[in-house]
Amino acid sequence: MATDKGFEQPIHFDSERRDFLGITTTVVGAVGVCGAAVPFISSMNPSKDVKAKATSLVDIASIPLGKTHIVEWQGKPVFIMHRTPETIAAMQASQPDLDPQSDKDRVQKAEWLVVVGLCTHLGCVPNQTKDGWICPCHGSLYDNSGRVTRGPAPTNLEVPYYEFVDDHTIIIGKVV
Amino acid sequence: MIKKSIGWIDERFPLTEIVKHELTEYPVPRNLNYWWNFGFLAMFVLFIQLLSGIFLAMHYKPDVHMAFDSLQHIMRDVNYGWLIRYIHSTGASMFFAVVFIHIARTLYYGSYRKPRELLWWTGLVLLLLLMATAFMGYLLPWGQMSYWGAQVITSLFGTTPVYGDDIVRWLRGDFVVGDATLTRFFALHYLFPFIIVAAVGIHVVALHWVKSSNPSGITLQAKDNIPFHPYFTIKDLFGLGVFLIIFSAFVFFGPEFWIMPENNVPADPMVTPPHIVPEWYFLPFYAILRSIPDALGGVVAMFMSILIFAAMPWLDRSKIPGGALYRPYYRVMVYIFLVDVLVLSYVGAKPPEGHLIVIGQVATFVYFGLFLLLPVISKREDRRTRETGLPPAALALMAEERDELSRSEHYLRREEDLKVMSKGKRKGEGA
Repeated sequence: MATDKGFEQPIHFDSERRDFLGITTTVVGAVGVCGAAVPFISSMNPSKDVKAKATSLVDIASIPLGKTHIVEWQGKPVFIMHRTPETIAAMQASQPDLDPQSDKDRVQKAEWLVVVGLCTHLGCVPNQTKDGWICPCHGSLYDNSGRVTRGPAPTNLEVPYYEFVDDHTIIIGKVV
Repeated sequence: MIKKSIGWIDERFPLTEIVKHELTEYPVPRNLNYWWNFGFLAMFVLFIQLLSGIFLAMHYKPDVHMAFDSLQHIMRDVNYGWLIRYIHSTGASMFFAVVFIHIARTLYYGSYRKPRELLWWTGLVLLLLLMATAFMGYLLPWGQMSYWGAQVITSLFGTTPVYGDDIVRWLRGDFVVGDATLTRFFALHYLFPFIIVAAVGIHVVALHWVKSSNPSGITLQAKDNIPFHPYFTIKDLFGLGVFLIIFSAFVFFGPEFWIMPENNVPADPMVTPPHIVPEWYFLPFYAILRSIPDALGGVVAMFMSILIFAAMPWLDRSKIPGGALYRPYYRVMVYIFLVDVLVLSYVGAKPPEGHLIVIGQVATFVYFGLFLLLPVISKREDRRTRETGLPPAALALMAEERDELSRSEHYLRREEDLKVMSKGKRKGEGA
């Protein structure tokens, strides 16, 4: 390697060139491995049939005044309450101090309350009472705006993203 | 920092020692050609199959009511599911292609001879494990070919005298191939690759003990061995590049080339497809099975056609180095054998009708005949070579190596190699 026929001088060992080739090869190889990893990692993300469950279209016209329907959205229960004027008035007047929030900030239209039906403490499904909800697991209380009035739940029931498609249909969730 | 960390590990685990012994100072004959790439390639395909298989198992359901649909789910819904499945299905065929070339190389160059008998036998066990794994994996898509292939192959065990029916029922866990069969095949298809990994470990340990053979068949002394890294890592990586181009071409442009259309029909225990064909890598053995008119005889012949390879170190009585390279008779035998395997594959792929039956029987006869003739022919070849002498190139190399051997008694011991290596180096520097 050091000498070759036809060359009188020993061939110069170009370490810089060699390092460059070595580093370039390593980088190209590393990029290739990362690229090949993408499909495998991606395959563990929700598949198309799971993604199809990202949104739920709900016909709210069928919910009578004063009643609550429980619909499924992304595998979770969602409470949709058709509130009476009295309830709305009571909720707008009150403001519990555990996680202060006004009723206006929790609804798009005052007569429709849409909340995720999972207790913010440890994820049990609260049962409905005349004044709101009570969690069967640890006794957290929520009012008719889904706001927590007694612990141990730390925060109000989550209001999911939803849109009114028209006056009597809502779509819950965003396309992923 | 890195040096310190490695030093810390080295005190507790022979990391540097292993890297040196197996990689940077592992001596490899300098005259290996590209046929010696296929061992590494087989290992790489094993890795591809393990990886893609584990990710497929995250989405596959081994239940007769869900298996076929879960494949459609993988192909349509799972992100890149189509890619992972096609990698796995193409990988299976590529695995066999690579392994067959690896075996053909061993036969051609006589690498199964002393001191590499154990290397050869562990390789044969690996082939059997690979075949079992591939066969069980082929049932999982639960298509018509999957189902009837499994039905036929499990039925083979029914030819066992007296206990045949019991064994078949035990294998299937059902009266026919059913839910129990599918579930256990899935469990074992997941298990076997890890047994293969362990067996590959043994295969490689045996290899690194006796070292690679080489095209000349003459054990090269230390000065004609070069370190595995960087010389053969680079050569293996180049070969890998070429291999991956071919592999990717199939995955992206012809994945269905390896998948029989019939297997896109869900399994139906009530209807057998008009023409049952095993996967291409089982064709020669399938042809041998069908060539024997007796059911039990056919099964025995089929298993023998693979197991007979184990006898190669005894059947080949020749002491001439270099496998087929310096052995004109043996070379012809190897070529006849390879052509014969191709003929058997062709016969296995076609329906057994007319003259194909006769061709299959002749090819089967030739297949076993070559093995049985080998002791006689190799003995005669040895005698002839003793009269005519080896080619000058081989003689020159042997003289050179004998000279080298007198300097190091135990060519297998690395310590000796190193001593000779450093001696040669010092001499080189002096000059």
